[in-house]
Amino acid sequence: MQNEIYLDNSATTAVAEEVVQAMEPYWSIQYGNPSSPHLRGIAAEKTMQSCRRQLAELLEADPSELYFTSSGTEANNLALQGIARIPFLARNPGHIITTPLEHPSVLNVLKYLETLGWEISFLTVGSRGEIDPQEMKTLFRNETKLVSIMFVNNEIGTIAPIQELAELIQAENKDRHQKILFHVDAVQALGYIPLSLQSLGVDLMTFSGHKIFGPKGAGLLYQRGKNRLKPLLFGGNQEKGLRPGTENIPAIVGFTKAAQLVTENREANVKHLQQLRRQLLEGIKDIKDYSIHNHPNGAPHILNMSFKGVRGEVLVHFLEQKRIFVAMGAACSSRRRGMSHVLEGIGLPADEILGAIRISLSPELTPNQIHYVIYSLKETVEEIRNIYM
Amino acid sequence: MYPIILVRYGELSLKGRNRKFFEDLLLKNIRSSLDGIPHGRIGKTFGRVYIRTESNWEQISRRLQRVFGIVSVSPVLKKELDLEQIKKGAIQVIQGQEAQTFKVETRRPYKGFPLISPEINSALGAHILNACPQLRVDVHKPDLVLNVEIRREGAFLYSRVIPCLGGLPAGSSGKGLLLLSGGIDSPVAAFLSMKRGVNVEGLHFHSYPFTSERSKEKVIELARQLSPYNTEGVFRLWIASFTEIQRALQQNRYPSLSITLMRRFMMRIGAALAAKEQSYALITGDSLGQVASQTMESIYVINAVTTTPVYRPLIGLDKQEIIDLAVQIGTYETSILPYEDCCTVFIPKNPATRPTLEQVFQAERELDVEGLVQESLAGIEVFELGKK
Repeated sequence: MQNEIYLDNSATTAVAEEVVQAMEPYWSIQYGNPSSPHLRGIAAEKTMQSCRRQLAELLEADPSELYFTSSGTEANNLALQGIARIPFLARNPGHIITTPLEHPSVLNVLKYLETLGWEISFLTVGSRGEIDPQEMKTLFRNETKLVSIMFVNNEIGTIAPIQELAELIQAENKDRHQKILFHVDAVQALGYIPLSLQSLGVDLMTFSGHKIFGPKGAGLLYQRGKNRLKPLLFGGNQEKGLRPGTENIPAIVGFTKAAQLVTENREANVKHLQQLRRQLLEGIKDIKDYSIHNHPNGAPHILNMSFKGVRGEVLVHFLEQKRIFVAMGAACSSRRRGMSHVLEGIGLPADEILGAIRISLSPELTPNQIHYVIYSLKETVEEIRNIYM
Repeated sequence: MYPIILVRYGELSLKGRNRKFFEDLLLKNIRSSLDGIPHGRIGKTFGRVYIRTESNWEQISRRLQRVFGIVSVSPVLKKELDLEQIKKGAIQVIQGQEAQTFKVETRRPYKGFPLISPEINSALGAHILNACPQLRVDVHKPDLVLNVEIRREGAFLYSRVIPCLGGLPAGSSGKGLLLLSGGIDSPVAAFLSMKRGVNVEGLHFHSYPFTSERSKEKVIELARQLSPYNTEGVFRLWIASFTEIQRALQQNRYPSLSITLMRRFMMRIGAALAAKEQSYALITGDSLGQVASQTMESIYVINAVTTTPVYRPLIGLDKQEIIDLAVQIGTYETSILPYEDCCTVFIPKNPATRPTLEQVFQAERELDVEGLVQESLAGIEVFELGKK
């Protein structure tokens, strides 16, 4: 464990020690159900309220605008399907604008909405995943109901100009009776980008706990103003009936603590991550024939790269022998279906997609560890090339 | 509802003096397949096996459908030796079955019953025609036959015949070593060999870190899925490292031959292990012409490394037939999981479809063939999957 270098923090993160401690009492001491009328229940309800308040403060939103879910995937589903289930829109499916680089929990929901009669338009993306906000204006139609764009891409770290997009949508909405809603998947943004929901002008935003050193099983949907969405699940009145089911208090407490830590330490973390990233980029320059697929101004924690002639999968397994864990850029090389839609979307040639690995950093890493990673990468890439060439 | 299951085993009863051996083995396999679920006495009479159920005949019959050697099973109803009771039973047995025509067949080993067989047939036939107006009698090609046996202990009635796997009892032949890749074909080859009584062991080649830990897990899972069909419900899986051979082959100057050379190594290691473990054959999932290594020329060159017989039960099957069998066995879903095996990672751009012995001899002259084979054998791991 101690010699392990985990560089797959975009997949999931280790839960921070302080988060584990914060969750500890809520398993078997403060185990109440917030809906219960007795003291045990009331204590749980108070905990929920306090978590919601703290998160609202961190995100500069109103506590009533936050809905806890079980995951980022669920929050994305709730946002998109929740709109499509509004009775008027269910009868009159509209038009949605998005990008081809979204997370599967957005793309696959949109694919499903297409079968219900919704029309989907995709913005074109540049070779580093960048989009042009002005293009969105040309895609607006009378029936456009929703724009869904991720804040930070989970594979290549590209940051979308959310503020600018929100302003364009607001300008467009001025003359509209039926407003266009703006949904942003911010799962990879929290902790890396300052988020002031009050001033950002986004209608819906998705967050996840386990990407920010919090527990799995905790997601959050922000919805500006009062609730307009229709639920996916029916049951009790939890989360104002939008997301019924007994609240997962330990996860909510852990998520809140984790969000607090990454927000409070954001500037220091980002600075540290940028240093590590620079060190890494500088270090691999000695390796021949490599390419970096990230936008230079992307998120500080995500790096995506290929080494010519080296298959991502093989590199992953060689590095794991050195207790270094990185992700494959593409899920699996031999089957077409494993090709990364993001790397395909930005027009990378097939051999670079098959060769891609993703390194996602955490602030816990030290320059010494990165030094070892660079050394191991060099050695491993050379070793594999010797075998294959 | 059915207190008894009747088990038929056609082919075995033809086996002359070996008959007792086959029957005893089948009985043992039936007992072992029912381990852990409630059932009553298991008995053998006149070339058939009877199993007393504990009102769980469906559960028992599902287990029996995995036992090689059984041709079919029928759930049997038991009634008192009283015509009115037997009539009731007749309706119970045929209810819910899709049929337009039927006939009744009665045997009466117990001659104490007042009616003779034809009288019973017509009494029951008339009763059924009355109760089920949609049915007609057809004594030549009926959709449904109601069988009635009048014995001293009671009347036994059945009509459903559930087809089973057939074949010979697991373990009635000898041991065979299967080259198990993790694809769709080799588990099917294992199944068809087990069907003829072969006690199949598997040999998988693992090329970590060229392939992932998951591809090994996948093969272990396949072995587990095959185990219920195998001798004693256990499947023994050998895993040999192929990494050093891959390295050597990648540096070889004959990239188009690499698949052929790889297969020759696998055969050599398989043959050596088979000899050590008293396996009488190697088994592969080759289907003629399916891929470059399965052309007649390739199989010739690959086979030339060993004199151990190599069984290729899929040789004449089409891909779709193999897939259908894999679905039936239950290995298909695991087989198509997208993890690599050592063949997929190293596929050369243009594998030779017509390699010759001269070519491979020349290529192998540059390799320490014996050393590499011994190294792989020395590091072999063994797993026992299934019942323990």
